[in-house]
Amino acid sequence: MWNMEQHRFRDLETRSLHVGSGEPMLFLHGASGLPMWGPFFDALSARYDLRISEHPGFGASQAPNWIRSVSDMSMYYLDVLDELDLEDVHLVGHSLGGWIAAELAIRNCSRLASLTLIAPAGTRVKGIPSGDNFIWDPEEAVRNLFHDQAFAERMLSHAPTDEEADLALNSRFMAARLGWEPRWVNPALQRWLHRIKVPTLVLWGENDKLFPSAYATVWRDNIPGCRVALIPESGHLPQVEKAAETASHILAFLKGK
Amino acid sequence: MRFVCFTLMPYRPLDMDERRKHRSAWVVLPNELYDPEKGANEYESYIDHLVSAESLGFDVVAVNEHHQTAYGLMPAPNIIASALIQRTKRVKIAVLGRALPLVNNPITIAEEFAMLDNLSRGRMIAGFVRGIGTEYHATGLNPVFSHERFHEAHDLIVQAWTRPGPFEFESENYNYRYVNLWPRPYQRPHPPIWIPSQGSAETIDWAADPARKYPFLVTFSAHELVARYLNAYRDRAREFGYEASGDQLGWAVPIYVADTDERAREEAKAGIESLFNDYLNNPWEMLLPPGYTSLGSTKRMMKMRAALGTRPKHQSVDALIESGTALIGSPRTVIEKIEKMRDLTGFRNLVSMLQFGVLSDELAKRNMEMYASEVMPRLRD
Repeated sequence: MWNMEQHRFRDLETRSLHVGSGEPMLFLHGASGLPMWGPFFDALSARYDLRISEHPGFGASQAPNWIRSVSDMSMYYLDVLDELDLEDVHLVGHSLGGWIAAELAIRNCSRLASLTLIAPAGTRVKGIPSGDNFIWDPEEAVRNLFHDQAFAERMLSHAPTDEEADLALNSRFMAARLGWEPRWVNPALQRWLHRIKVPTLVLWGENDKLFPSAYATVWRDNIPGCRVALIPESGHLPQVEKAAETASHILAFLKGK
Repeated sequence: MRFVCFTLMPYRPLDMDERRKHRSAWVVLPNELYDPEKGANEYESYIDHLVSAESLGFDVVAVNEHHQTAYGLMPAPNIIASALIQRTKRVKIAVLGRALPLVNNPITIAEEFAMLDNLSRGRMIAGFVRGIGTEYHATGLNPVFSHERFHEAHDLIVQAWTRPGPFEFESENYNYRYVNLWPRPYQRPHPPIWIPSQGSAETIDWAADPARKYPFLVTFSAHELVARYLNAYRDRAREFGYEASGDQLGWAVPIYVADTDERAREEAKAGIESLFNDYLNNPWEMLLPPGYTSLGSTKRMMKMRAALGTRPKHQSVDALIESGTALIGSPRTVIEKIEKMRDLTGFRNLVSMLQFGVLSDELAKRNMEMYASEVMPRLRD
């Protein structure tokens, strides 16, 4: 069973889920905030000492005014790795979290053993726009995350409590702070991806309506030795829609690393 | 009472069936629905409308700024102000206002107002706003930094108008080695600054501060809310240790007068209902992008919205009259409602929107003439 841990760093309190044993793995979540537990995390925590850390400003974690951008956020996580004194970390990031992970890795890979990015934000292909999740209405926003609408129906059938709605709004504010302008991209990031010196895997749902899977080519072409796998019949959350398949891609990639 | 004649310059020839196929008349409404021939006529009509306000005895004519929308055709309101300067002699000209956070170099706003102030020999009033939420979709600017940029840009502009240059300006968002306006503004120390607002506590607190005492205008709200916000400004001023004057308080409201209440209602109906239901109406995600209002205010508004239901309600002319969001009726009816607000709040700036929505030139003209002859004289101090 996982534990919810409070983590104090500088002037701020954040939460994280911590479970499993083995080599350390840090999962950085996307713009919706701390993910719901599911079979994907079961599969990873069966093999690794998994931390899913809530980003500052998301959900119940405090928003410091000294984090104004993804570049600040990546520096924060470099500090966190130092503070926890983690070595040979398998860093996994989804969407916004993938962008943070990549920004961290171009700055300093010395505490990383590998990097796995699932539908990461942070790059683009000019002429292929991303979806505008800030203009979508709440139902559209859920539907556009999934290829299989049964997942969307399930999510939409749950009316959030007041507390859940408040936490979701915190996440939305912080996501906008980090990703509104320019929208979900750092135009400079692509220029420095060659600095990522650890084995890297990029996974993408083939039917992603937020960040088109064509963006995977940018990562493949700029990170030395980067492997890319597309997950068929999946939208922006392959770790939810195709949990077993996505987890097995990661476990196979990490085997022997 | 000081009378301001204001128009939004809506694009009236809009195909409303096409409009309703889109989520908003803002940002996402295809601009193929704009016909330049018709649009040019619109500009001509609206400028004539504002120019005629001078001879009808208005004190101020006013325009404002919105982007990528059929709701108002003034992404660059200073261009209209410049045209008005050339066609008027006495009347003050208010830009209500420029959206400070949206520009990357606020010195351009300081420069433009300084030029207009010289061109008009000191007839300018400078409104400062943040723009509505949709503006942050239209410009791509991050709404989370909107308040911060507004305050920094305000400080920069006021300093540019008043401090001997060249000087250096440093802030989080704006950094300039040389700030040195040529020309300086005509008025000393600078054109009056007015703050149109939808009534947030943060804005009231900031505008009422004794360091500023900026006139505060409440725009397009129900009668009861307008009174509450204006009195909140009064209360805040008292807490600061002074009594706010009526000149610091303004109300922006659509007004329509005709011989009888019934006739006014009939003539205003299409215009006022199109304003609120077709031009102004926006989905939540467009009107309130994250960070545009504080987290606390947004949470309060979300709870109100949950209680009211998610679908925006159609606003009928009767409902708009009933709530006092629009003043529509005989001169006597309209005078009574204005007097009631004056008794409640002591406000002195009445920003009168006499053309609204699809209201035709002919009806707007008749409305304006009757308002000037039957309503304004009764309310002069």
